[in-house]
Amino acid sequence: MKVRVFVSLKPGVLDPQGRAVHHALEGLGFKGVEDVRVGRMIEMDVADGTSDDALRQMCEKLLANMVIENYRIEKLETA
Amino acid sequence: MAFRAAVVTFPGSNCDRDLAVALEKVSGTAAIRVWHGDAELPEKLDFIGLPGGFSYGDYLRCGAMAARSPIVRAVVEAANKGVPVLGVCNGFQVLTESGLLPGALMRNAQLTFVCRTVPLTVENSQSLFTAGYEQGETIRLPVAHHDGNYFADEATLDRLEGEGRVAFRYGEEVNGSQRRIAGVLNAAGNVLGMMPHPERAIEPELGGVDGRALFESAVKALVAA
Repeated sequence: MKVRVFVSLKPGVLDPQGRAVHHALEGLGFKGVEDVRVGRMIEMDVADGTSDDALRQMCEKLLANMVIENYRIEKLETA
Repeated sequence: MAFRAAVVTFPGSNCDRDLAVALEKVSGTAAIRVWHGDAELPEKLDFIGLPGGFSYGDYLRCGAMAARSPIVRAVVEAANKGVPVLGVCNGFQVLTESGLLPGALMRNAQLTFVCRTVPLTVENSQSLFTAGYEQGETIRLPVAHHDGNYFADEATLDRLEGEGRVAFRYGEEVNGSQRRIAGVLNAAGNVLGMMPHPERAIEPELGGVDGRALFESAVKALVAA
């Protein structure tokens, strides 16, 4: 089973990288970009039947730093 | 009594030798060098040092991989038993990632690597690491980091301040840290994490000696115990 974990900064946590990317987009002439936040996507191949609880634990024990980050798990159909 | 200090080396550590040299210069006893793959620490340690550098290439997040290594599990256990633990720079990042210290160290607010000597105020001169300084004293130590922007939620920051757990504060804007926090103690006072490098300021030849008192304090605390 393919699983994607999206890790993003919690709302309210300042994202200097997002701000720099925002400025760069404006510098390229793109209009109407209101805000940019930079996150991380982790793709994993896990055994079918891996429990949601195990996936959550992977996120909370390693993939995300719960002090500053949130995560979202997306399960993809087995190819 | 010999001062039994250990310095842990991770793949990518680059201040481990400096830390070991500083400990030896001040205590007179060579620090024991511990490899990240070791599952156990030497027995009866008086001090554990987690050095600066880029452990595991800063993969995922700075300090994240090192914090899950077997040796750091042993460091956490030792810290919980009261063994003094000092984490400098990447070592501080490892301490927050391991949960021994609250908060997190994020990318510097200005996004650039900062490498210079900065003024710090000693906010707590009562800890075993800082007893050799005067309360409120200004010292100068080098910093060299890309991810030293200390973050914790407001309630945590208030608690740290209220409990005297902010050990050092930057005297000027350095990296965007909340409340300019440069170094933090755990609740028991035996774990200190700090971004500035005391081990790089122990001899006039290095450009400063303001870091020396930190190691002297730790050695003195042991002798008094």
